[in-house]
Amino acid sequence: MAEITLVEAVNLALARALADDERVLVFGEDVGHNGGVFRATLGLQARFGERRVRDTPLNEALIAGIAIGLAAQGLRPVAEIQFSGFIYPTVDQLVNHAGRLRNRTRGRLSCPMVIRAPNGGGIHAPEHHSESPEAIFAHTPGLRVVVPSSPARAYGLLLAAIRDPDPVVFLEPARLYRAVKEEVADDGEAAPLDVCYVLREGRDVTLVGWGAMVRECLAAAEALAAQGVSAEVIDVATLKPLDIASILDSVAKTGRCVIVQEAPLAVGVGAEIAAQLAEHGLLNLLAPVRRVAGYDTVMPLFRLEHAFLPDAARIAATVRELLEYA
Amino acid sequence: MNDVAHDEHRRQLLREMLRIRRFEEKSAELYTQEKIRGFMHLYVGEEAVAVGTLQALDADDAVVSTYREHGHALVRGIPARAVMAEMYGRQEGCSRGRGGSMHIFDAATRFCGGNAIVGGGLPLAVGLALADKLQGRARVSACLFGDGAVAEGEFHESLNLAALWKLPVLFLCENNFYAMGTALARAQSQPDLHLKAASYALGAEVVDGMDVLAVEAATRRAAQAVRGGGGPYFLELRTYRFSAHSMFDAQLYRDKAEVEDWRRRDPIVLFERQLRAAGVLDDATLARMEAEIAAEIAAAVAFAEAGSWEPVEDLTRFVYSEGPAP
Repeated sequence: MAEITLVEAVNLALARALADDERVLVFGEDVGHNGGVFRATLGLQARFGERRVRDTPLNEALIAGIAIGLAAQGLRPVAEIQFSGFIYPTVDQLVNHAGRLRNRTRGRLSCPMVIRAPNGGGIHAPEHHSESPEAIFAHTPGLRVVVPSSPARAYGLLLAAIRDPDPVVFLEPARLYRAVKEEVADDGEAAPLDVCYVLREGRDVTLVGWGAMVRECLAAAEALAAQGVSAEVIDVATLKPLDIASILDSVAKTGRCVIVQEAPLAVGVGAEIAAQLAEHGLLNLLAPVRRVAGYDTVMPLFRLEHAFLPDAARIAATVRELLEYA
Repeated sequence: MNDVAHDEHRRQLLREMLRIRRFEEKSAELYTQEKIRGFMHLYVGEEAVAVGTLQALDADDAVVSTYREHGHALVRGIPARAVMAEMYGRQEGCSRGRGGSMHIFDAATRFCGGNAIVGGGLPLAVGLALADKLQGRARVSACLFGDGAVAEGEFHESLNLAALWKLPVLFLCENNFYAMGTALARAQSQPDLHLKAASYALGAEVVDGMDVLAVEAATRRAAQAVRGGGGPYFLELRTYRFSAHSMFDAQLYRDKAEVEDWRRRDPIVLFERQLRAAGVLDDATLARMEAEIAAEIAAAVAFAEAGSWEPVEDLTRFVYSEGPAP
């Protein structure tokens, strides 16, 4: 079994899906001939042909729209948007059509499609190349929103997303594309959607994150352990629908929760998790629920990027504040 | 223009092209030293377009640009030191260190932005032009964009409305034949882009973008027509980028032989040869030019090196109005 990066795991899952299912199609800007801006689709066109791995012109709304049409005809489109900052023209198609096709036809049509995009900051680019727009899609009925946090998870979750009968927005943390390697078995096994993954068990606090923030949570947990604080780490993985039961179970045990999101703070997915903890888990809490997030501003240029992005130190400091309550 | 002025003007055109070339070469060097970070797109090979088009505009015209805009910014008159400081992310940069290479703005020269979103600037230019028309100003809004933008919906919406309402927009399409890694013929049903534009009932022509005099002459004619109330005009400027798309581009999508063919049409080499043949340029003049440019760029780098960083306390400023100045 080979050790591979997250972007190689995405490539491996796409290749597996293309090989296993004739209905799977991959398309987007520069995905074929050029192998994708981050090389996520490298070699797929050579292996599977131009019919199934296609370059499109630069038209994001159309990319999303034709995916809906293909999906409604029973195909399995997997479209790439080059950066999540370029995804906004697709919002009309995804919100008004992809997310509603099943509902408005009362189940007669469905929309089994995947829109993949590199997501988030930490790659020294400002603005449009470092966005975290997951909350827009998580707010939308009918869409699934999935964010992997490691190579193995990316492989399993992407296969699950492609096989899922509904539209999935699959946001890949760009800063993790080549950050770590791990063993990934190309066994065609999907990882379950709509469930959280407990990555580390703990007693004193629950750290909840997704995507690149999972690594920061794990690093914070490690630092806290050295200080005698036992942190549980949960990788949310599917942001919508949200597996709140797993988070509630964990917080019932630990009594404290820090939610870590890279996106700006206001009205993010973290706010939804915090609200549900307040509604369903308040009596188990020993301290207020806290969010460690990006700020309500635009991603700055490289110099201040580290100040914007939540990191293990900010998470650990917040945990120590919560421990003061007990 | 008398002969002496004409000769001086031609030397000035060459000087401006050289200025861009040397600025870009220095930028690439600084990027490898990690002085400039993030994404960066060089203009090497396309200099005749920036120089020919922007020299033909008036000082109060507006310029809407792309993410490959260092050359546009320099020719437009933004000081090289302000552009370089911006690329360093210094507060002394023309976007106060928040724009970086892709988002160069300058109110004084009405340089309304680099723009990382392909096609994102076209509607903006139409809006600027509508404001001028409504307010009775005979100004031109010049909008630069690449061949990739022609695929975006905004291109079509913008040309249609500008033509329908007879707005003073000068559409300047820098056709370098590649939308990042996708060749024009793989993305466009009609690769003669001026023909596509002409279908919106506006003046449209194709120009050799490697010939600075041809570009300048065509732009002067077109700008005059636009300024005179004749509605929008479209120039397809055929050019080629010698450098990679960005600093992370293995150029798998084009043959080295093709690049070499175009390099034989280097706009600077061709024009230099032309001026020498006409007896307008000699070695001493060229050496002086190069020395002046080198000094200007060295000063720009020194200015950027000496610049200051935005303090971390300012991370979330300028998201909303901070109220009237005290």
